[in-house]
Amino acid sequence: MTYTINRRSLLKASGALVLTSTLATPSILRAQTPTVKIGVLEPLTGNLAYNGNQCAAGAKFAAEAINAAGGIKSMGGAQVELVVVDAESRPEVAAAAVDTLVEAGVCAFTGASASALGLASSQAAAKYDLAQVFSVGTAEAIVERGLPNVFRFTPGVKKITAVALENLGLLNSAAGNPVKTAAIVHEDGPFGSQLAGIVEAELPKLGITIVEKIAHPTPHRDFNNIALRVKASKADILMPTNYLNEYTLMTRALQQQRVDLKAIYSILGGAASNIKFVRENNDIAQYVIDCNHWYDPNKEASKALTASVAAAGLDMTYDVMVAYAAIQVVADALERGASADRKAMIEALAASDFDGSIMPYGPTKFVNGDNVNSRPVNLQVRGDKIEVIFPKEYATIEAVFPRPNQG
Amino acid sequence: MIKPQSLGQVALIGLTTAYLLAVYFLPSQVWMGFTINALAMAIVALSWNVTGGFGGLSSFGHAAMYGTGAYASAVLQVQFGVNAWVSFGAGILAGAAMGAFIGALSFRYGLKGSYFALVTLAFAEVLRICASAFEITGAGRGLQLTLEPGLATLQFNNDRTLTYTLLLITVAIVMGLTTWMKYSRFGAHLVAVRENEDAARALGIDTYRVKVTAMAISGAFGGLAGAIYLQLWLFIDSTVVYGVSISVIALIGPIIGGAGTVWGPLVGTLGLHLLGEGAKTLLHDAPGLNFVLYAVVLIAALRFLPQGLMGLAGRIGTFRRKGGDDA
Amino acid sequence: MSSLILPAMLNGLTMGAVYALIALGLTLIYGVLHIINFAHGSLLMLGLYAAYFLYHFFGLDPYLAIIVVVPAFFVLGYVLQRGIIAPMSAGSEQNVLLVTLALALAIDNLALYFWTSNTRTVDIAYAYDTVEVLGAYLTLGRVIAFGAALAVAALMWLFMTRTRTGAAIRAVAIEKRGAEIVGIDVGHTYAICFGIGTACVALAACLLLPTFYVTPQVGYTFVLVAFTTVVMGGMGSLPGALAAGLLLGVIEAVGGLFLGESLGQIGIFLAFILTLLFKPSGLLGRRAV
Repeated sequence: MTYTINRRSLLKASGALVLTSTLATPSILRAQTPTVKIGVLEPLTGNLAYNGNQCAAGAKFAAEAINAAGGIKSMGGAQVELVVVDAESRPEVAAAAVDTLVEAGVCAFTGASASALGLASSQAAAKYDLAQVFSVGTAEAIVERGLPNVFRFTPGVKKITAVALENLGLLNSAAGNPVKTAAIVHEDGPFGSQLAGIVEAELPKLGITIVEKIAHPTPHRDFNNIALRVKASKADILMPTNYLNEYTLMTRALQQQRVDLKAIYSILGGAASNIKFVRENNDIAQYVIDCNHWYDPNKEASKALTASVAAAGLDMTYDVMVAYAAIQVVADALERGASADRKAMIEALAASDFDGSIMPYGPTKFVNGDNVNSRPVNLQVRGDKIEVIFPKEYATIEAVFPRPNQG
Repeated sequence: MIKPQSLGQVALIGLTTAYLLAVYFLPSQVWMGFTINALAMAIVALSWNVTGGFGGLSSFGHAAMYGTGAYASAVLQVQFGVNAWVSFGAGILAGAAMGAFIGALSFRYGLKGSYFALVTLAFAEVLRICASAFEITGAGRGLQLTLEPGLATLQFNNDRTLTYTLLLITVAIVMGLTTWMKYSRFGAHLVAVRENEDAARALGIDTYRVKVTAMAISGAFGGLAGAIYLQLWLFIDSTVVYGVSISVIALIGPIIGGAGTVWGPLVGTLGLHLLGEGAKTLLHDAPGLNFVLYAVVLIAALRFLPQGLMGLAGRIGTFRRKGGDDA
Repeated sequence: MSSLILPAMLNGLTMGAVYALIALGLTLIYGVLHIINFAHGSLLMLGLYAAYFLYHFFGLDPYLAIIVVVPAFFVLGYVLQRGIIAPMSAGSEQNVLLVTLALALAIDNLALYFWTSNTRTVDIAYAYDTVEVLGAYLTLGRVIAFGAALAVAALMWLFMTRTRTGAAIRAVAIEKRGAEIVGIDVGHTYAICFGIGTACVALAACLLLPTFYVTPQVGYTFVLVAFTTVVMGGMGSLPGALAAGLLLGVIEAVGGLFLGESLGQIGIFLAFILTLLFKPSGLLGRRAV
């Protein structure tokens, strides 16, 4: 049997081989100084890139603050080193990323912006007894799987909705019950749908009838139809649940179609607690109320964070806050357990009663992975600021409800 | 697989097999995790290859079959409590049915080339929107399987090595079936239709039937891949399983690896995954740039490897023999 | 609900005008080069960023930015086709598609890396004024886009039918080899065509920015609808793209009204499938494949 070797093809092939083999070694980080590693798994690319990058920034600010204050003192002042991995907005990548984190020697990790990503990553992490402290993970399925390595620090959809509705009831009765009907607009993905379902079931108990419920995809190009339907329904208030860009387009469309509303009361509204929305669409943002994750603006650490974020030229969004807090929770567990061993971390987190985070929560208490003392905060846009209106002990301003007539 | 064309192809196949076996022994778990993902995607690539490679019918909507397999299995398990194994089988059948349906409709109206490609994309989008709108498929919330590892529930997540082995076996079976198909009379007809449909018809081949059958087979493999995804990650929603990225992944592996060859999809998908991981490692401080590197290498591969990796390998150390085949 | 149909349809028409503008460039590129240009959405995104940065750094109104952006993008398109797409695809049609796909991936991620995922908007107050037509409130910015779509389609049609370059492009589209024989530089003509297509989408971007936003992923929001528009109008048919765009805008609006915004999107894709099955040459196209 004779064979020919074409030199050009061989060269091409060897080139490809060399290239691939040098590229394909997964990096294994080796510690050089006494450090303790915390993983941060967020979607830094893909359609969730905005939230993911904000969260990653929040985590970085937290690590910096902790290190500046002396690191983990019970471990000899060990400096916190973050291992940031991109989940690419895809669940299977999030799951595979857990291997990388374990390989890098993290004691625990935070993440992952979207419930679909967090579900996959925590499941993969369970095999390694690696704790995941959720910065954001509103789907209740996250804490309903009985996984011991799951620690959701922030509230889930059920609690957020319950608090939001309770506060809506308070606002409404304080104003003499002007609101009798509501229209719900929500994004049709996991978080929007679950939330809208709960609101639909619970709102009538407040004496408010739902006259319109509209789902829309993310992204969505045009909100005129939705504005027209809301207008035709003659709803007293609008209750939106969606992401930043859609929220902005929606509010704009409502203004253009001259939709008369007594209030916009959003739950996990995408733009309502985003200072960028307030800055760039100030006229339509006035008096918009949101129930969302938010920090306690009075704490020292909160003020320092606000300053750092402003200095970095970023927007202070809830993602930054919750991600910061999640790192604080992990650091506290390290401090108490004095060990970076993964199992020890799970024990330390399970027993956590940390109340020093920037969130307005009081002492932490994880029951089946859910922090039962967490709670959302009600915010209102006033002027060019986002003010806290509930809970009363953190309020920075008195709520205005219903809003004054749009001129 | 049975008759490699050249020394180069033997080497490439050998290298791939060696890597897949080496994963068992490599000290870092990262390799196994990422190869599991790559293998799961290789099955979609193999499914695309049946119609796109052997049949010359490039589809941009393979997610339609993949997602249907995943959702069929998920709906049965979550909404009706059906046994996981039965649901898994149903997923494969559902994928086949969807493939046959799309094929029957498209070919009935004589679609081919880019028109066929686009119509498959449209079908995938329609399915994506429907899955996200109707309650039975969990609407926007998606469907979540209860986490209970075990044989009965077809969940092996807590045993990574077992999962990997099962995937290897599945990929081997699908490749075996592809080879069998390739050397069967049906396979010959399919290639004849690809090369010249009119001539094939003149020879008495029922080209419509051949194409629809190919879509059904392709759909079965696609549905298999989707059902596997569900058992691996336990959560699906319409964007994850019916999204355009699945359709892109389905076609990129075979084209880079060598469309119309048995090993092409596996080699291509693995190679691309390695490339992606490598780019991420090199550029881990700059998220996004890794995709740019990936894209650049992809463009280079498209330019310099028109027959894919298997084609390139085929030109190294060609065995001179009468009437050789591709592997 | 019935009282909403007319306003919905009118709004749909203005949205459809945007689809038409984006599709005009795409249909030209397909009709002549037979390339399904997956990078079209990314080029739209680049156009939006270009208009945004001109506004951000120089205070230039996006409508005025057209004067700068459109010619610049013509050059960009020419260079992309001549410099990357043509040499990299080496003639294979399937490869061309993948090359544009890879290009889209590269452009989107470069944008993500350099400009981050923060949403950018421009504050052009008058773009959000409303114009009252038949009892419906239409966004001024969109109405301007509607007028522009009609004008651009007409201009492009005139260019294609009345100028020498247009004739050359049409010749190449119909019979490449014949065109080569009569001395037309095919490579150059292809690149000009791609350039025009890119300039067109840049124009669409400038008209879209005042009433929309830009992120690195914004291209995906429009690319599938753009493809649908091209196919429905007939690949290569300029008046077809215009008509199909407007029609799709209306279908989307009415579908959304009756089926909900999520399920309503199905209208677009069902229309796509039906066109491909029953009239693949499109509403106004002539050839089947």
